[in-house]
Amino acid sequence: MKKTHLVLLVLIAAAIVVLISYTGDLSSYETIGSAKQKEGKFVNLIVKMDKSVAFQYDPVKDPNLLQFNVQDSLGGKIAVVYHNTMPTDMEKSERLVLKGKVQGDHFECSAIVMKCPSKYKDNPNTMKEQPVTISN
Amino acid sequence: MNTTKFIGEQLLPGQIGYFLTILTLVASLLATFAFAKAFFSKELTVQSQWNKLAKIAFYIEAVSVFSCFIVLFYIISNHLFEYKYAYMHSDKNLPYQYLLSCFWEGQEGSFLLWSFWHCVLGLFVLARLKKWNNNINGVMMVLNFVQFCLATMVVGLFIFESKLGSSPFLLLREEMNWPILSRPDYLHLIKDGTGLNTLLQNYWMVIHPPILFLGFASTTIPFGFAVVGLIKKEHDWMDRCLPWATFSAGILGLGIMMGAAWAYESLTFGGYWAWDPVENASLVPWLTLVSAIHACIIYRKTGGSLKTTYLFFGISFLLVLYSTFLTRSGILGDTSVHAFTDLGMNAQLLGFLLIFVIPYFALFVVRIKSMITPQKEDEIKSREFWMLVGSLILFLSAVVIIAITSIPVFNKLFGTKIAPPEDAAFAHNQVQVFVAIIIGMLTAIGQFLKFKGTTGDYFKEKIKLPLLISLVASALVYIFVGVLYTEKGIGFTGALYVALFASIFTVVANLFYFISVQKGKLKSAGASIGHIGFGMVLVGILISSSNKTVLSWNTTGISPLRMESNKNPAGNPKENITLFEGIATDMGKYMVTYVKDTFDVLDKRFFELNFKEKGTNHEFLLYPDVLKNNKGMEGFSANPSSKHYWNKDIFVYVTSFQDHSKDDTTKFIPHQMAIGDSIFYSNGIIKLDKVLINPNPNRPAGSNELVLQLSITSKEGLKYQANPSIVLQGMNLQANLDTVKAQNIVLGFNKVVDQKNGVLEIGLKESASLTNLITLKVYEFPFINILWIGIIVMVFGFGIATMNRVKKLRAK
Repeated sequence: MKKTHLVLLVLIAAAIVVLISYTGDLSSYETIGSAKQKEGKFVNLIVKMDKSVAFQYDPVKDPNLLQFNVQDSLGGKIAVVYHNTMPTDMEKSERLVLKGKVQGDHFECSAIVMKCPSKYKDNPNTMKEQPVTISN
Repeated sequence: MNTTKFIGEQLLPGQIGYFLTILTLVASLLATFAFAKAFFSKELTVQSQWNKLAKIAFYIEAVSVFSCFIVLFYIISNHLFEYKYAYMHSDKNLPYQYLLSCFWEGQEGSFLLWSFWHCVLGLFVLARLKKWNNNINGVMMVLNFVQFCLATMVVGLFIFESKLGSSPFLLLREEMNWPILSRPDYLHLIKDGTGLNTLLQNYWMVIHPPILFLGFASTTIPFGFAVVGLIKKEHDWMDRCLPWATFSAGILGLGIMMGAAWAYESLTFGGYWAWDPVENASLVPWLTLVSAIHACIIYRKTGGSLKTTYLFFGISFLLVLYSTFLTRSGILGDTSVHAFTDLGMNAQLLGFLLIFVIPYFALFVVRIKSMITPQKEDEIKSREFWMLVGSLILFLSAVVIIAITSIPVFNKLFGTKIAPPEDAAFAHNQVQVFVAIIIGMLTAIGQFLKFKGTTGDYFKEKIKLPLLISLVASALVYIFVGVLYTEKGIGFTGALYVALFASIFTVVANLFYFISVQKGKLKSAGASIGHIGFGMVLVGILISSSNKTVLSWNTTGISPLRMESNKNPAGNPKENITLFEGIATDMGKYMVTYVKDTFDVLDKRFFELNFKEKGTNHEFLLYPDVLKNNKGMEGFSANPSSKHYWNKDIFVYVTSFQDHSKDDTTKFIPHQMAIGDSIFYSNGIIKLDKVLINPNPNRPAGSNELVLQLSITSKEGLKYQANPSIVLQGMNLQANLDTVKAQNIVLGFNKVVDQKNGVLEIGLKESASLTNLITLKVYEFPFINILWIGIIVMVFGFGIATMNRVKKLRAK
């Protein structure tokens, strides 16, 4: 067996080990209900804002505290605490991906990914509707 | 049938555009066919006949693509909003230079851009490889087939009810079903387009996509060579291919890092790299291409690693296609902040990928047996052995990155719900830091090893001095700069230290090789210079990222209560600090004052921030800005601003601010109080300490002054003073208000209610719009310039290597 083959085997083994160890770090998408069952475990929630409860954010008092409520498609609801600034347009976004863990009665959120009607590019489906700005 | 006559539409450019896209499609198919015929035929006369025809088809195709480019640009720059592309991607207020960015904001335009570069490259191939044998027809066949596939992406034809591609020349009224679009005069009602995404209104976005797409397009040429080699079982193409490959790697690397510079300057994730899927997707082909170049060099020098060369060149191009599929199919959805929107062409994109992947690998497998490499034991003390190890590691690092990036694909295939790990960036960093260590070490020592075995003490002699210098230099860096990042434990911090040494070693050893072995001759020093640049990039990344410090650490706005109960899963992201207009705030080394805001013609709002270094007189101004979002989005997007020093950047961006569009309607509320009394306001307590009578000896004669001394304590325990007063001069009574901006309160001394008991009336107004305030993040990135300079040096190195090889080929 040539030395290069040996090296190749070792390296491929290393890459496989790396990938397998990586799977240990992976998290999962959960519903609010199932996330509550796994209190303290890092999960991803796909939710939208619960507009029936006003969000609380006051940069004068603490720019790093945002509290709001969310609900998911199954009707589960939970309060969210996010220790960071409020993302621009959060209330406008139709879908939020929250990363964090359930702690007691609320969800401690560490990151928010927003899905806006037009986040980076235009969404052709929403653009099919006539914009309000253009009217006869 | 629609028979309405629409007023004011310019239909001609669109019709020309449609015609040109179809012409491109047909011409590229014809060119593919004719080049293939020439390539596969054995008779010289037949070859030259087909070659002539193929060239004509290719020239027509090139002219057609260039014209298409011009027509679309005409539509955008003349604001012909009857076309969907112009309406969706531009508006009338856009500065001229950003009209180009509109061009490649959408998928269709960027496909055209890609196609454009293929044409340019194809013309170069025809011009440069004239004297090469028939195999040039094979390369052109592959190039034209890629062109054909790209042409189907923008043709926008309906074939059996299914859409083939998406045309940039569609009319708005063909695509949208808005009621007004059926009116003949609809064009008068559409005053303006929805504009270019504000984030893309940055000069990097004018230059980054063309360079990146030139990088993508240029990977086709080495791929073409590899296909030809596999078909013909002739492996003599490597010499001719190498300059194309080094050119491609240089341009692709430059394009990727221009994207990083854009992210650094205009996105607010606080850095230049975030392991975002879109970034990864463009990095991975670069890594494999660099591996391929090294494998190719090994084959040329020793005849080894032939299969590896074929595999890596093939995979580099296939990964470009895979990246295209990932970023354009919308499959990344939830995991990426900046992928293209799904245009409903997923099947077509997948087809584009598979039509190259399957035949290439099939051909590769069939040919494996015919690829004979020398059957001799590898020499450990040889350059090729360690070069191969290095390129394998680089390749496997690419495999790991793309595997992680492909999780959404995996979810789609198997219906799983796997999400990225808690700290996705760290998951990458903890692997790649070891790649950096090994690659750094190999790049350093590799130069001092010789092909086919190094004899005697040559290696030991030569490596001694660079090693010593690197050790000293690293020690100095450890002492004076250090690695501040300790969040992930001793193991990772240790790895960062080792990686820092390895990358310094790379720079020093290659510099040493350049000076002492190559005697400073630039001509043949492409590799050493490229490696020096690569080492600098690693040093820059390691130092700037591991020593990134947060200056806006918020110590003011936190109440002690919440600190205790705060078990934040994300560590402590209290990196935002609130600044009040005109009030200096303590930020570590600096006192920072938010001076004022200004607007430019585009309604971009600039915040003027004054940074004053404590203890010195050094001060500077920074202007982070926010721009109102377009495209139907409310709110604003923020652009960072940074102060560049030779050894660090102060990087700041606004995370929120107050919008003063509403009038102040709050009123003063009267409160009666005596000395020693306290009243509450929404955020704390106000105490009347003293009443001073005529404290100012220089007051105008005959006037009397009453000054209140109020102490204000906020809930957070911050203390402020306010001194509202009244001045009585003759019959004139004047009240002087005092404001505490930081608490949003205005205090006035209304009147004396009861002189005997000392009861006074003060007015209190609380108003949110009293002061301007902004919330921002401030970072310090030390030595980030090493990264940017490293990129330039590396690209320069690739450039020299390319030129040198072209010259050598010409001399033959």
